[in-house]
Amino acid sequence: MTINKTQENGKLILAIEGRLDTTTAPQFQNVLIPAFDKAKEVMLDFKNLVYVSSAGLRVLLMGQKTAKAKSCSMTVTGVSDDVMEILEMTGFSDMLTII
Amino acid sequence: MKELLIDAKTENLDTVLEFINRELEEADYPAKLSMQITVAVEEIFVNIAHYAYNPDVGGAVIRIFYIKDEIVIEFEDSGTPYNPLENEAPDINAGAERRKIGGLGIFMVKKIMDSIKYEYKDGKNILTISKKCLQGEVAK
Repeated sequence: MTINKTQENGKLILAIEGRLDTTTAPQFQNVLIPAFDKAKEVMLDFKNLVYVSSAGLRVLLMGQKTAKAKSCSMTVTGVSDDVMEILEMTGFSDMLTII
Repeated sequence: MKELLIDAKTENLDTVLEFINRELEEADYPAKLSMQITVAVEEIFVNIAHYAYNPDVGGAVIRIFYIKDEIVIEFEDSGTPYNPLENEAPDINAGAERRKIGGLGIFMVKKIMDSIKYEYKDGKNILTISKKCLQGEVAK
């Protein structure tokens, strides 16, 4: 998994490429959680995310909780059909802000 | 039948996922179904790696075979007796504030697979999951 960071008018975009699984989720967590100290708006670009397991979902939930606690926003974009099905199965599609 | 004998530790997850992916590719499963079955395998293997022998490391055996039009994946370990099916289901309708971190893995396995069965036999935890191949897929 690789994470590409871009900053755009105070918004931080994290583009995730590859697999978000038990092995890679800690790396994602280490980037996502501190992101809310740097930006009020964090956008996750999942266009090139090909796989997500519960370890990845756990980090997304932590991100959502951190965003709320710090009055920031976290949005998710570019979700593929395959990944969306996992998000729907677990109720994450309603919990997250997907655009 | 294909079989993988491996130390149950998360560092070995990639090897496990390669093993299952090679099989799903050979059997020509569609990408979406392959990904979901792979997720189920990851959740179960990681569970074994975290809990079966904690704090030690022990072995796990993963077997893949077919019964008629079903793919069957069996996980065996000799660790602490543990039935993951007794886990309480997470509330998937809860908002982020009330959501608990964790508990989703087995829930996802249940959602993805057609059947999931646990037994403790001869000092071994045996968890068996299966999923019907869709029409037009070649089962071996």
